[in-house]
Amino acid sequence: MQEQRLYEKLTKRLSDLEKLPRLKEEKSIERHLEEKGVSRRDFMKWATAITAMLALPGSFTPLVAKAAKLSDRLPIIWLHMAECTGCSESLLRTDAPTIDSLIFDYISLEYHETLMAAAGWQAEGNLENAIETYKGQYILMVEGGIPSGNSAHYLTIGGHGHTGEYSAKKASKNAAAIFAIGTCSSYGGVQAAIPNPTGAVSLSKVTDKPVINVPGCPPSEKNIVGTLLHYILYGTLPALDAYNRPKWAYANRVHDLCERRGHFDAGEFVEEFGDEGAKKGYCLYKVGCKGPYTFNNCSKNKFNSHMSWPIQAGHGCIGCSEPDFWDTMGPFEEPVANRLYNTVFEGLGADSTADKIGVGLLTVTGIGIAAHAAISKFKNPKDGEE
Amino acid sequence: MANKRVVVDPITRIEGHLRIEVEVDENNVIQNAYSTSTLWRGLETIVKNRDPRDAGFLMQRICGVCTFSHYRAGIEAVEDALGIVPPLNAKLTRSLMNMALFMHDHVVHFYHLHGLDWVDVVSALDADPAKASKEAFKYAELPIATGENDLKKVKKRVKEFVDKGQLGPFANAYWGHKTYRLTPEQNLILLSHYLKALEVQRDLAKLMAMFGGKQPHPQSLTVGGVTCVMDLLDPSRMGEYLTLFKVGVEFIENAYQADVVMAAKMYKDEPSVTEQAGVMNFMAHKEMQLNRTEFLFDTGIIENGDLSKVFDINEDLITEEATHSWYADNEALHPYNGKTNPNYTGFKDMDTVGPDGKMIHSKVIDEKGKYSWIKSPRYDGKPMEVGPLAAILISYAKGNEKIVPLVDDFLTRTGLPKAALFTTLGRTAARMIQARAIAKHGLEAFHTLIENLKVDQDTYASYKIDKDKEYRGRFIGDVPRGMLSHWIRIKNGVVENYQAVVPSTWNAGPIDSLGQIGPYEANLVGLKVQDLSQPLEIIRVIHSFDPCIACAVHVMDKKGNDLGTYKVDPIYGLSC
Repeated sequence: MQEQRLYEKLTKRLSDLEKLPRLKEEKSIERHLEEKGVSRRDFMKWATAITAMLALPGSFTPLVAKAAKLSDRLPIIWLHMAECTGCSESLLRTDAPTIDSLIFDYISLEYHETLMAAAGWQAEGNLENAIETYKGQYILMVEGGIPSGNSAHYLTIGGHGHTGEYSAKKASKNAAAIFAIGTCSSYGGVQAAIPNPTGAVSLSKVTDKPVINVPGCPPSEKNIVGTLLHYILYGTLPALDAYNRPKWAYANRVHDLCERRGHFDAGEFVEEFGDEGAKKGYCLYKVGCKGPYTFNNCSKNKFNSHMSWPIQAGHGCIGCSEPDFWDTMGPFEEPVANRLYNTVFEGLGADSTADKIGVGLLTVTGIGIAAHAAISKFKNPKDGEE
Repeated sequence: MANKRVVVDPITRIEGHLRIEVEVDENNVIQNAYSTSTLWRGLETIVKNRDPRDAGFLMQRICGVCTFSHYRAGIEAVEDALGIVPPLNAKLTRSLMNMALFMHDHVVHFYHLHGLDWVDVVSALDADPAKASKEAFKYAELPIATGENDLKKVKKRVKEFVDKGQLGPFANAYWGHKTYRLTPEQNLILLSHYLKALEVQRDLAKLMAMFGGKQPHPQSLTVGGVTCVMDLLDPSRMGEYLTLFKVGVEFIENAYQADVVMAAKMYKDEPSVTEQAGVMNFMAHKEMQLNRTEFLFDTGIIENGDLSKVFDINEDLITEEATHSWYADNEALHPYNGKTNPNYTGFKDMDTVGPDGKMIHSKVIDEKGKYSWIKSPRYDGKPMEVGPLAAILISYAKGNEKIVPLVDDFLTRTGLPKAALFTTLGRTAARMIQARAIAKHGLEAFHTLIENLKVDQDTYASYKIDKDKEYRGRFIGDVPRGMLSHWIRIKNGVVENYQAVVPSTWNAGPIDSLGQIGPYEANLVGLKVQDLSQPLEIIRVIHSFDPCIACAVHVMDKKGNDLGTYKVDPIYGLSC
């Protein structure tokens, strides 16, 4: 009975999948393979083995064979706008799943300029084909800010000289979901910093569809792939904060789970790079750490398969996952409260809680932390030399 | 019959946005070639009026591939301006991070960017894994990931992938193109290494992140030194460096080296590979500090391919001009005085060869006017090729004891003459030779660092920026794509002017005022394209340079102008 239900369930899933359109490439490897005569018999042998491996009854073999032939990987279109390719590089560092497994088993990377084999007209053909074939089903991931308005032509792509703005709009239209990967795509990024000479804007400014922001310069491989995995595993989009960032990654401040937090609370600070405090791993607030104002999971997940993160390497956080951080967080090696902080968030900034704007003013908190730092330093008997 | 125009845009498997246009005659031989960058971002404008200490962080974002190069350049240009000498520990740590970058960049370039120009994935599906496994021993004593079982698994995996009908990044490429030269077995070996290299690159990125906090965009350099002192004082961490470094060495020696030799042998009569370098002037700067005084690669200039004499570099003779670039000021200027006001003139309409070989309506560049966001750097008025080939040739010509044996080894293994170095193939081989040099000698820097840490734990030199003083300084070095320089002027405690002259600018720049073409364009002229709808030869030649276009795009310098007084031109955007 149970077996019957399972069989029916799988049959339905497969028939749903079957309705999805297939890629039709005149020069596809598939066509080539058929020509080379990979036999049906070999294929069925493989399906039988897999069926046994999955501990399914032999009668399921045809289903397994069918499943193997269906397009069941999630189609992804990845566009490059005004960017440095750092986000793509970050994606390549993923180890869970590994990048090869991601490409071979989980997603179908239909368009990605740094990785795809095709070039020129053929590359453009892949993009058009994917948008058409997977209408309403593909995930659009965009890296880079987008030169807009009168400067939109400062970025063109393809033989027809279309602007990046045009391509991003077009690809956004029929996407099942849209992820802005990195701070540039999320908020405009470094090219949008004052005086923004190219009129660069975020992806959300050029499309009227909802955009999930995955900021960071670059975001860790965990945050890029995790956002994608949420969709693959749960079939839904993640809960978001006020800046449309997935809460699972951006709900806490870097400061909240920082490995040097104990030193902050004990009033032990690095006063200058290379000093005794630096050798002992003291808190980096006084040499400019923006961890208290930055919402990200770096302190938990770190980067490069948990190898390290900036604060472990002795440098303060520069706040790279916050909007306009190039203009609001610099100088990066000085505490925020050391200068007159004229916030561009007009008080609605990085120091609000992740999903509720307006709890605290950045300036006030900055001064509060500085005061805490000053008082605890004064009281700290270990700080004998000053 | 009139020449036909062929447009290749986007050039994929590179960093950034690059378009190549060529004109071919009735025999499909390229008569003229144009290299065009189609994106401009403006970072050198943005860095102005900011704290000089932030310059390294901002300039780092020029590129997320050579993600350490511009960071270090930005930091060291400021150090040069302020007269700061960082402690030896800091210099060697930077060297160790740089080695990780070089090994990472070269491996990724050969396998994931350039690789598919050499490897026909479809042909690999015909391979006999047992035969392929034996084949691998012809090129390496201890080959990696090429056991019969390994290759069977790779073949099976790719077949299953293909069976599903979603080809993902492998769709619609030039499979079956006549200029592919490897046997099915050799293609299978390289396909296996393509997958293995995806693992190895992750380890090599960790190698940098261990002292850098993360990669891309590490964050442990500061003006005056490095911040990762805890990592340096942690012996277990140093052990991790040794271990991951050896993962790189193992792959470079037993896969990368062997694969380049195999490709060289098989492709030695393919014109798109044996094409002679178009600009026979080469320039490189010393790089990779191994101890207090010694560097792994040498400085100098080779002119007209003559290896018998290496000239010194005179920094005053470096200029950039914009005759054919989308900027208003054309004159050649030294980077301390560079001017870069945008003047975008766009494309014109023309029929070009389409994907099916028929002519289709397209946009093309105006080759008589301005046509790229990249400027044309010149040395003493002459174009120069920079990059690993230049670095290797110059060290070779100078008799560098660490480099000469590796070059000779490559020539012996392939049976190629010295002249084969001055080619597209030579460019690809030089990158492998450079990686091998680092693999063989890089740990000297590591051991020097350990020795020094026993007696000296300094990682940072203190400094002050005097707001009443004016400073100017520069960084010059060699990065994975060639000679890089950053030039900074500091006034009133903030950045007054900033210019980056980068490797891909030297190589990818357009025609200059004297009509001289740069390395990309010069290398394409004279090349025959078999099938105009599948210009694999063009892509193969261009990829041999490892283009990094976000780096190459010059950004404007509003010298003397108030940043608040732009007028917006209704057609072409910003102008003055």
